[in-house]
Amino acid sequence: MTRTAALLLALLASLAALPAFAGPYGLSVAILILYFAYAGQAWNVMMGFAGQLSLGHALYVGVAGYVAGGLFFHYEVPPIVGLPAAVIACTLFGLVIGFLAFRFRISGVYFALLTIAFAEFTRIGFDHLAWTGGPGGMFLKVAQRNTWDLANFRGPPAMYYYAILAMCSLAFVACFFLLRSKAGFYWQAIRENEDAAQALGINVFRWKMAAVAASSAMTSFAGVFFAFYYNNLFPEQIFNISRSIEIILAPVIGGVGTLFGPILGAVVLTGLSEGITESLAALGWEIPGVKQVFYGLVLLGVVMFLPNGIWPFLSRKFKL
Amino acid sequence: MTALLRVEGISKSFRGLKAVSNGSFELSRGTINALIGPNGAGKTTIFNMIAGVFAPDSGALFFKDRPIHGLRPDEICSAGIGRTFQIVKPFAGLTVLENVMVGAFLREKTAAGSRATSLRIIEKLRLKAEQPASTLTLPDRKRLEVARALATRPELLLLDEVMAGLRPTETDEMVEVFRELNRSEGTTILLIEHVMRAVMALAGHVGVLHHGEVIARGTPQEIVRDPKVLECYLGEETEV
Amino acid sequence: MPAELVANVVVAGVLTGLVYGLMALGLSVIFGVVRVVNFAHGEMMTVAMYAATVLFAALKLDPFLAILPAAAAFFVFGYVLQAAVVNPFITRPEHSQFMLLVAIAIILVNGLLMIFGPDAKNVQVDYQLDSIEIGKLLVDKPRAYAAGAAVLTALALFAFFRFSLIGKAIRACADNHLGALVVGLNVKHLYALTFGLGSLCVAVAGCAMVVLVDVTPPLGPYYTLLAFVIVIVGGLGSMAGALLGGVLIGVSEALAGLFIEPSAKSMFSFGLLILVLLFRPQGLLGKRA
Repeated sequence: MTRTAALLLALLASLAALPAFAGPYGLSVAILILYFAYAGQAWNVMMGFAGQLSLGHALYVGVAGYVAGGLFFHYEVPPIVGLPAAVIACTLFGLVIGFLAFRFRISGVYFALLTIAFAEFTRIGFDHLAWTGGPGGMFLKVAQRNTWDLANFRGPPAMYYYAILAMCSLAFVACFFLLRSKAGFYWQAIRENEDAAQALGINVFRWKMAAVAASSAMTSFAGVFFAFYYNNLFPEQIFNISRSIEIILAPVIGGVGTLFGPILGAVVLTGLSEGITESLAALGWEIPGVKQVFYGLVLLGVVMFLPNGIWPFLSRKFKL
Repeated sequence: MTALLRVEGISKSFRGLKAVSNGSFELSRGTINALIGPNGAGKTTIFNMIAGVFAPDSGALFFKDRPIHGLRPDEICSAGIGRTFQIVKPFAGLTVLENVMVGAFLREKTAAGSRATSLRIIEKLRLKAEQPASTLTLPDRKRLEVARALATRPELLLLDEVMAGLRPTETDEMVEVFRELNRSEGTTILLIEHVMRAVMALAGHVGVLHHGEVIARGTPQEIVRDPKVLECYLGEETEV
Repeated sequence: MPAELVANVVVAGVLTGLVYGLMALGLSVIFGVVRVVNFAHGEMMTVAMYAATVLFAALKLDPFLAILPAAAAFFVFGYVLQAAVVNPFITRPEHSQFMLLVAIAIILVNGLLMIFGPDAKNVQVDYQLDSIEIGKLLVDKPRAYAAGAAVLTALALFAFFRFSLIGKAIRACADNHLGALVVGLNVKHLYALTFGLGSLCVAVAGCAMVVLVDVTPPLGPYYTLLAFVIVIVGGLGSMAGALLGGVLIGVSEALAGLFIEPSAKSMFSFGLLILVLLFRPQGLLGKRA
């Protein structure tokens, strides 16, 4: 326990020192890794802890991005105000979907398809709203990039790096305590067997709603980060089902329901993806699609041969 | 003394088939009771109505003089009625301790409190706290069902065929656990059983169900001599 | 708006919808028996469409004749995929199955991108612009042929499941997995056969569809979603429901293109999907589990 804590602190310290060594490219890859680790951790609360398979988490990223981004774009409301608005909007979206699904007893594959349907429905809706700029997109004003302006979330890449690192660390700590609290126990009970959970006095509906609310609220931070890091939003991209798949890749590859899974998965997948890009460039094979084919093959291999993910495999092997 | 649980004329049909008709009985506080009857007599239906799995079509259920018919299973459990499942439902991804802690959180605010309660119960039932639930043997799974239910600190414990599939020595051990529990905590018990050995050893009061109706009640000794019971229950099926 | 135009659009929607229905039928059959949702379904459909364009370009083979080799190849592909790759996943959790088929989908769609590039491909048959006149109705010839191929395939499949011994055995597996094992059915083989048949539907639907629309790699994920919508609306596991769902979606898409913005047409489909999931999760023709 203390050894793990010491290792984690050492990891955090070295991550904090990273911007001093890494160049712009290294930093952008690190930001990408941490972004997927964070979003994966948020998804993991709903699926890994409470067993509710969402294949539409891009919905929360998109809604949060558009709420905070739109407030900034149209009314010059700084993201420090836009963030709480985005969190509230996303949580409401999650609660509505959860309420409908759980009241009508939608579960398993059907629940997963319902989450896809809501994400797609919203995507097409946002494509036809004038306020979002529709398919033409919404472009946030890029201000100067030298000084840290946290209220407007404008600054050099290092600021974004530290922001996402802080989000990741906080999410990790929050999940650590959640898992050991009543909520964590109740969620896992629901994941394992709903009838048995209910017989032990657990209000299954209410605790599933709590899981959806927690997960969507956490995901909304990722959405706001996304909006102000990339500064452009297109419904077609941000709500796309492949964004939802990207979010769940890291925890599934790393280990669903584990604390380290999303982080490890994000490192492996992003590293792999960048590695493939680099080596293909070195070989001169820059044909569109080649990279994703390799990526898919590796994914296939991991899913087939490490069905519980990499982290449970490693922790068994090295007794972590 | 008022009854802990009052069952007043409850009936339930499934697609026109009467599973239970006009069933009535009372359980006094601190007693051990058994509900017996051949397969399809309506035992499990009555059990499920008390546990809140479904509501009776007619009739009423009172727990500590409070109506409880129509409440959800979790509300029933919160009210103070714990249950086990005939087909055991362990949380397979969790350890024994974690399984029991889920139950204990109903009355305990903190993880530490829940842990302490759970460890006490686990010791009483002679389980191993850190064992993954997925690796338990059938008798241990049955014990885990009981441990989890006990962790919710029930005043009334409903046991759905916890002895089925156990060997005679294991049955005797389990009987001892419930006797001890009843003696030390005063927990009222209602068991649904096929295993007559356990019923005879444990229950002070027995009700006999046949075709959805309560046809006899009394002490185990009275029941086995009742000609009606012999005719329609022990006559068809004897399990000792 | 003239009534004839609307009628023509509706007829075109029904015909296209039947091809959609056959594609969805494949998904439905696989889910109904193997209980695995094929998240690579639309990607397989685009592979069939590309195959038809290649056969047309290289051998001048009419897509409706290309159905035969494509169906045979897809049947084998589906059989091997199930037996060698999907089978161990049947007992694994849903997210694991999902990931497996997503990986396959990624490989297929990007494999196509790699080989054919991002530009649209199509076939130009001589009867592309011909139409059949029925009273005041004008029906595109290729569309009528495509619908005919879809209906014939669907009927053959119905007959197979209803009358043939193997078809009955597959239905037995779907009804009761354990029971099927007990009476000595080779469930693994039957599951693989089912996946093969589901893929065969996709091959026929793909060859038929390629005379109606141009094919690009991103069409794959779109068709996957479309197939989900159709089978959920019709009822997952229901064969007639898949065809009905296909027709409904085909007509609604066609009418949406006429009355509202074409780009908003799938909003209607997803709205319908949400309503069906909430109020009739077994689908319009499905049985309650």
